[in-house]
Amino acid sequence: MAPHTFVAYVEDKPGVLNRVASLFRRRSFNIESLTVGHTDQPGVSRMTIVVDTDEFGARRVEANLYKLVNVLRVDDVTSQPTVERDLALIKVTARNGKRAEIMQLVDVYRARIVDVTNDSLVVEITGTEDKIESLVDILRPFGIIEMVRTGVVSMRRGAQAVSANPPLVAAMIPEAALN
Amino acid sequence: MKRTGAQVIWECLVREGVDVVFGYPGGTILPAYDAMLDYPIHHVLVRHEQGGTHMADGYARASGRVGVMFATSGPGATNTVTGLATAMMDSSPVVCITGQVTSSLIGLDAFQETDITGVTLPVTKHNYLVTRPEDIARTIREAFFIARTGRPGPVLVDITKDAQQKDTDFDWDAAAPGLPGYRPDLHALPEEYERALALIRSAKRPVILAGRGVLQAGAMRAVQEFAEKTNTPVAMTLLGIGSLPASHPLNLGMMGMHGEAWVNHAIQQADLLLAFGMRFDDRVTGNVKTYAPHARKIHIEIDPSEVNKIVKVDVALIGDLCDVLQELSPRIKACDHAEWLAHINEIKGDSAVRDIQNLPDTGHLYAAHVINDLWRCTKGEALICTDVGQHQMWTAQYYKHDRPFNFITSGGLGTMGFGLPAAIGAKFARPDAEVWTISGDGGFQMTQAELATAAQEGIKVNVAIINNGYLGMVRQWQEFFYDKRYAATPMKSPDFVKIAEAHGLTGIRVTQRSEVADAIRTAQETEGTVVIDFRVEKEDAVYPMVPAGADLHNMIRRPLPQNVMVESGADAEWDISVK
Ligand SMILES: Cc1ncc(C[n+]2csc(CCOP(=O)(O)OP(=O)(O)O)c2C)c(N)n1
Ligand SMILES: [Mg+2]
Repeated sequence: MAPHTFVAYVEDKPGVLNRVASLFRRRSFNIESLTVGHTDQPGVSRMTIVVDTDEFGARRVEANLYKLVNVLRVDDVTSQPTVERDLALIKVTARNGKRAEIMQLVDVYRARIVDVTNDSLVVEITGTEDKIESLVDILRPFGIIEMVRTGVVSMRRGAQAVSANPPLVAAMIPEAALN
Repeated sequence: MKRTGAQVIWECLVREGVDVVFGYPGGTILPAYDAMLDYPIHHVLVRHEQGGTHMADGYARASGRVGVMFATSGPGATNTVTGLATAMMDSSPVVCITGQVTSSLIGLDAFQETDITGVTLPVTKHNYLVTRPEDIARTIREAFFIARTGRPGPVLVDITKDAQQKDTDFDWDAAAPGLPGYRPDLHALPEEYERALALIRSAKRPVILAGRGVLQAGAMRAVQEFAEKTNTPVAMTLLGIGSLPASHPLNLGMMGMHGEAWVNHAIQQADLLLAFGMRFDDRVTGNVKTYAPHARKIHIEIDPSEVNKIVKVDVALIGDLCDVLQELSPRIKACDHAEWLAHINEIKGDSAVRDIQNLPDTGHLYAAHVINDLWRCTKGEALICTDVGQHQMWTAQYYKHDRPFNFITSGGLGTMGFGLPAAIGAKFARPDAEVWTISGDGGFQMTQAELATAAQEGIKVNVAIINNGYLGMVRQWQEFFYDKRYAATPMKSPDFVKIAEAHGLTGIRVTQRSEVADAIRTAQETEGTVVIDFRVEKEDAVYPMVPAGADLHNMIRRPLPQNVMVESGADAEWDISVK
């Protein structure tokens, strides 16, 4: 078992997120993280899904995603060179002259302060999950009031847009779907 | 041309070639029902939407065409769920059209509002909520396309009342399916073929496992040719029955939990399994860890998500079975596998003494007698539906089909109540066929109201109730695994002859073996639906039986007279004495 990262292009229609989520629940696949957003193409959304599973499980995730009528394309980018980013906003207590200390740490992580009050700070950090977790650990002793994370988004490095078709699903993808 | 949304539904159905629909009206589907009167499609008023959905399913399985069901919102729609799940598990092409409350009321808990697309998400291949009349035509075209292509399955289209009422421009051609993400047309890569060919060429003890996919793909001929050329014996799943004539010398019979002993042994001893359109259901494999331990496996499947789901295979050839076999067959040399076939025949010999001829002829009536006589009286040519339970397994074992599409049963979901409505649906699909349902006394009562549908429609299906006074299959499990503690399985039933008569139909009761054939002939000659109440031996069991989760070669066998025998492998975990 290891985290596998999938990038799925789906039709931007009502209920598609529900179909994907329901598929994972029904087949007992454990979602670690799922993010959705628009793409540069109208009508097409892009999901980054991280699932904890083995190699066989990963192939099944892929094949089951393809079975959803609204799913246009799926790529398992786990073993490919990718840029992965997570974004977090962390609200910390900053009383009794702790502010300077926090700001120093935030600097080390190349994070930013995006809101300041008399007794709190909001820190914004972008990076890999590991980096964010490490900052969270560092900030915890100061007192975290609230935190929010977007979940991982992932993109392949280089000029190529998407990988070759996985061998099991050697389907022709209509040109119209993605270009 | 200008049409109301309701009219568009029927315009589309007519163009899809639909001649009959099953359904039950109600408030939100009323506009569609009103429009229906102006179109040349016959509507069958069912007695319960579950029954109606099974009818659409039976229609689809008997004909290969899409079966259509109509229901209203809320309770009407939720009543279709069991029917949809049944069709989903057995990959049956059904389109279910439901009414939905007016779009402005959605989400407000309006009268008879149910989120039926949410409810049916896991039991349909795809579903739609349509709120605008201009979307109806495309959606219905897509629904039919999705239902019947690739791995078929049920599709539900939920249409709001206002979308049915409003006018729109209807243009069939402009409403062609636009499904960029739907790929029913998958194919394997050339290197996969090479690997498959190498395995086939080197096999000494191959077995073909034929599933429903053979029938779905219409690949009966291709499979037979492949089997004959390579002299490979063919084992059937429950839903694969009919994919090769039962009388064909290479046809081994049914595999799995209630498969014949020699079939399961052949699978366990094989060195190559060729899985054709089947999905290694747990009722077929038994304990997966000890399943076919010596065999390499080639899986030919249209649905990639089935590959390596249960049984890990060496090669997967994704695609239409006809296409794949067309690619494979010419590249394989003929071979005889004489030794292997002789070996299987040897293990077969022992089982022959246990067959129905050897059931004690005590004057008692056994289900096996009934089914054997039914097979003889119908020359093995009837279209047979079943319900779920012991009678279903006996039917699979004793009614030998030489023709495809003549055996309709709920396999994957095992839905009691399926038999009678499926038979009615099948009769509408093939009016010239002699249609029987073989049902249990328990399951028959789940949808027996559909007798009224058959009576109102004036159609003839014959009903053979295997009446053992028990929920027999559950009783059998209690007998074997729960110390004969018969919790909630003895069942008192109404007088089925009178039930038939109350519907204006004919009812016959049979208690002796000598009366069986006569009763069947009377049923065949009588106009209209006939119900025969066969009072069979109460505590008979289905043999052989692989207990759930046990090794496939580890079967409980039919006891021989005075001689109780349990076959067990060397590493048997099961020690069950059957008295
Ligand atoms: C709807 C439904 N409920 C419960 C079951 C569990 N079940 C499987 S077989 C069976 C007994 C069927 O009894 P009957 O219809 O009399 O057939 P028999 O086994 O006696 O031939 C039951 C209750 C089921 N398959 N379907
Ligand atoms: Mg019974």
